[in-house]
Amino acid sequence: MSWTLFLQHLANGIALGFVFGLVAIGYTLVYGVVKLVNFAHGDIFMMACFFVYYGITLFSFPWWLSFVFAVFLTALLGISIEKVAYKPLRDAPRISSLCSAIGMSFLLENFATVVFGGRQKAFYQPQVLNKTLNIGEIRIQLVTIVTIVVSIAALLFLNYLVYKTKMGLAMRALSHDFDTARLMGINVDRTITFTFAVGSSLAAISAIFWALRYPQIWPFMGVFPGWRAFTAAIIGGVGSIKGAMTGGFLIGMISIMLVAFLPDLAGYRDAFIFMMLVFVLLFRPTGLFGEA
Amino acid sequence: MLEVKDLQVNYGAIRALKGISFKVERGSIVTLIGSNGAGKTTTLKAICGLVKAKAGRIFLNGEEITNKSTNEIVSRKVTMVPEGRRIFPNLTVQENLLVGAFQRKDKDGIKQDMEWVFELFPRLKERINQKGGTLSGGEQQMLAIARALMSKPDLLMLDEPSLGLAPIIVEELFQVIGQIHQEGKTILLIEQNAYAALNIADYGYVLETGQIVLHGTGKELLDNEKVRQAYLGG
Ligand SMILES: Nc1ncnc2c1ncn2[C@@H]1O[C@H](COP(=O)(O)OP(=O)(O)O)[C@@H](O)[C@H]1O
Ligand SMILES: [Mg+2]
Repeated sequence: MSWTLFLQHLANGIALGFVFGLVAIGYTLVYGVVKLVNFAHGDIFMMACFFVYYGITLFSFPWWLSFVFAVFLTALLGISIEKVAYKPLRDAPRISSLCSAIGMSFLLENFATVVFGGRQKAFYQPQVLNKTLNIGEIRIQLVTIVTIVVSIAALLFLNYLVYKTKMGLAMRALSHDFDTARLMGINVDRTITFTFAVGSSLAAISAIFWALRYPQIWPFMGVFPGWRAFTAAIIGGVGSIKGAMTGGFLIGMISIMLVAFLPDLAGYRDAFIFMMLVFVLLFRPTGLFGEA
Repeated sequence: MLEVKDLQVNYGAIRALKGISFKVERGSIVTLIGSNGAGKTTTLKAICGLVKAKAGRIFLNGEEITNKSTNEIVSRKVTMVPEGRRIFPNLTVQENLLVGAFQRKDKDGIKQDMEWVFELFPRLKERINQKGGTLSGGEQQMLAIARALMSKPDLLMLDEPSLGLAPIIVEELFQVIGQIHQEGKTILLIEQNAYAALNIADYGYVLETGQIVLHGTGKELLDNEKVRQAYLGG
């Protein structure tokens, strides 16, 4: 294994790490604010790919417009899911909204199967992004670099939202205490809506980069990325954005490096990921950055 | 300023308030005393719209606010310092204060009020960038009061501010409450520490198992034989 090859894998691992990290942030934000594991999040991820697909095939949008359109539509989808499936259960026992989330996941998967069809569809690959760059001896696909750059931009924006705006302040207050937040005049419903919009948009962004890398889309494509990202969120400590990103990186790296260095074991990728989960939880039950 | 008429609140089968009536005049300090479980917290929560009134009516400056949403009520310049302080432990002192000012848009006013609460509680200023959760109990109570003041309330309601604090801190706290009152705020103070509360209050009500059993000026209640026996240790 040469250095150049290693660096190529490293770049891929980083890009995939961002993809998982952004999805994991969606889980962690929603959990942080409403204490709900949004099991439909992986399916929201899947829906984003179909929004892109139909933006291009049905409405003949240029690909970039279709990407933007999909991010907006996915945010709307996330908001609607909250209104329909979670909001009515906000004061019910935790298990009720959990069941509702699982139901919503099945509903989206089956809706997609019926309406979009169960067969795999090809995700549009823009020519410009398919270029390969040669940096010295290292060959990196342009899409890898774009993934990294856009993800960093999304993270910086998220950081700004959460730590520098009033809405972010409301989210952080809400994550600890609904009633007291209400007493301060925070609009709880609006803040939760906003949280779902942000989490779903991030899922859409990472879904697009995922599909550019693995260009087959189908109704169950969100299941495993969803589980891995959820695992990433737990490894990092649910509720922590930094943690979700770290967990995403660990899982992205394991996925890529296993295939690169131990191709015989590549089939056990998820076993390695879940083993890591077990180890982290054994030594730090709250995850790497989680608070007790 | 505030008038509560025949207020009833139930939690399922539990009748927490069985029809209580009281008044808080503008510019006064009124206290509601009573032992654990008497319904004091429930009264405040009902005024803030955090629990629903089963019957009865609540008026603020003549306008009915019964069962309005908390958001609507706090936007009418009513605020509460909840029992157990409930500061946001994950936010800094400054952020806690900014959450208190959440509905305000007047940036300059917010800045001025922040200076003002730092004058009232200089210790908070020293800890401005510290997380709320790292403060001592007394400091957290000060932060909770300061946070409530940041909303620029006309009516400030305090739920057992002295709970769990050392006597010397309690004394300091009541001094500041007096100071806040002198700056023109109307105060509804809930306490188990009847002595301190009645001393500072213009008028007091005694709550027992969801009913008001006695009322009078602070001095009258301090001299009342029943109050002395039940709440002041004879
Ligand atoms: N969320 C609740 N669910 C059921 N019962 C409650 C709840 N909150 C308070 N109670 C009951 O209502 C009564 C009054 O409680 P509370 O208003 O908290 O009293 P206080 O503040 O005077 O100690 C008590 O009997 C208490 O057990
Ligand atoms: Mg109480």
